[in-house]
Amino acid sequence: MSQATLRIQKISAHSGTVPGEDTQRQYQVCKLVDTTTCIGCKACEVACVEWNDMPFSPTAFGNTYQTMPETRWNYWNLILFNEHEREDGTLQWLMRKHQCMHCAEPGCLEACPADGAIVQYTNGIVDFQQANCIGCGYCITGCPFNIPKFNNVTKRMYKCSLCADRVSEGLEPACIKSCPTGCLHFGSKDDMTELAGIRAKQLRDHYGYDKAGVYDPPGVGGTGVIYVLHDATQPELYGGLPSNPSIPLAVKFWKHPLKWLGNIAMVGGLIGLFVHYLKFGPKAREEADLAPKGGA
Amino acid sequence: MKPRGMIGYHPEQIIPHDHILRYSFKERMNHWIAAGSFIYLMLTGLAFWTPWLFWIATMLGGAELSRMLHPWIGLVFFVSVCYMFTLWASQMNFEPVDKEWWNSLGHYIRNQDDQMPPAGRYNAGQKLLFWSFFIGGLLLLASGLVLWFTESIPWNLRWLRYLAVIVHAGTALLTIGNFMIHVYMGVFAERGAFGSVIRGDVSLAFAKRYHPGWYKEIVGETETQK
Repeated sequence: MSQATLRIQKISAHSGTVPGEDTQRQYQVCKLVDTTTCIGCKACEVACVEWNDMPFSPTAFGNTYQTMPETRWNYWNLILFNEHEREDGTLQWLMRKHQCMHCAEPGCLEACPADGAIVQYTNGIVDFQQANCIGCGYCITGCPFNIPKFNNVTKRMYKCSLCADRVSEGLEPACIKSCPTGCLHFGSKDDMTELAGIRAKQLRDHYGYDKAGVYDPPGVGGTGVIYVLHDATQPELYGGLPSNPSIPLAVKFWKHPLKWLGNIAMVGGLIGLFVHYLKFGPKAREEADLAPKGGA
Repeated sequence: MKPRGMIGYHPEQIIPHDHILRYSFKERMNHWIAAGSFIYLMLTGLAFWTPWLFWIATMLGGAELSRMLHPWIGLVFFVSVCYMFTLWASQMNFEPVDKEWWNSLGHYIRNQDDQMPPAGRYNAGQKLLFWSFFIGGLLLLASGLVLWFTESIPWNLRWLRYLAVIVHAGTALLTIGNFMIHVYMGVFAERGAFGSVIRGDVSLAFAKRYHPGWYKEIVGETETQK
């Protein structure tokens, strides 16, 4: 929901200027998820559902600790449990907190046709405005992380808001608040990036995770949620985290060259037909003109 | 349909005051179901296409309503196009005269209709329009179903969504282009055409000038009398 204290810097399908653009500088906020210290307790899942006042969502058992296969319209935050067999045959249990990544270049916002249904605040939070949403689901097509979910009753799209309501009041998101191990951190993007880098170096230097690193994919301009991974070269192991996500090529093509070519062609076509009429006029002015030369 | 070359005679289609019945009630009714649904689809589709035209959806009762009705009206359009297929497809085969007609398109554009080869009931342009709407209707339905139930497409089949947005938008643009030409021809360029799809009849002079082949089939005039 819209927050008076949060300024908007990007707005979906808006034909005018962006009301908050460059009127106020805010630092980028960021959630840091250190997957190496996550114990899969799901406190963040519960905190999310409680704070956002979501109704009970039935769990689905699939021979795993995971609450359900994927996030739902009313279940924005899900720990993905993945059993990974290392090359030496030992088992590694990878847990990743899965939620909206709050991309700097959001594919959902790019794809959205409804004026103001998706906004990005100057602090980087990407938020759905259900009051403006028309339920077309184009954001599903635009998202490289499979995040936006449809509610078949309200006919609107939902996803993690990074607790924009809490953040606007100077609080941390509910999931961060509930984390018992300190695997979740919240702060400015600069601070979180630095902290993540220090942790990844610690993992490489002292814990034997040679490939440990930070996940902050440049393909979507960086994200408002960054991960520390044991093996940053294989993010797919963590429940299909894409190694190089970007706005789908089809969406970029659709929303840029195709749109402009189409608009030029449609306007050009109208002008062309009008000019044709000015130059040549109707094929025959009166019914009598219809008769071929030499009489009917 | 009559074999080519055979000059027919259908006096039952000739009506008083030198007019010929060009479109039956079924044809006219179906044309306007297709036209009405297409116009709604085009307007709401354009509203979703660009923020500059989002106001169209507001004018039509709000974008939520447009989102809700667009797929259903799309089904109406598709059914109408299918019925159109059963009515007209057999008359829409491209024949040698159509190739000649295309080669003379410049004359047609410059309104030099006396220099056009003798078109049948439908000229080559109308045949192309028919097929573009029929094939376009199939593509729009297939891609539209993906977009209608987009949340039901599993993540590993997401390429379907990527394909659907491009196919739906691209096909819509092509059909809108054809629609603009069709409306211009029918309403502005060819006097008598619009009335024919409302009241069903055209004058003998209209038939003779724009569809000489068809005129001969109905009136039974011989080749030499042309």
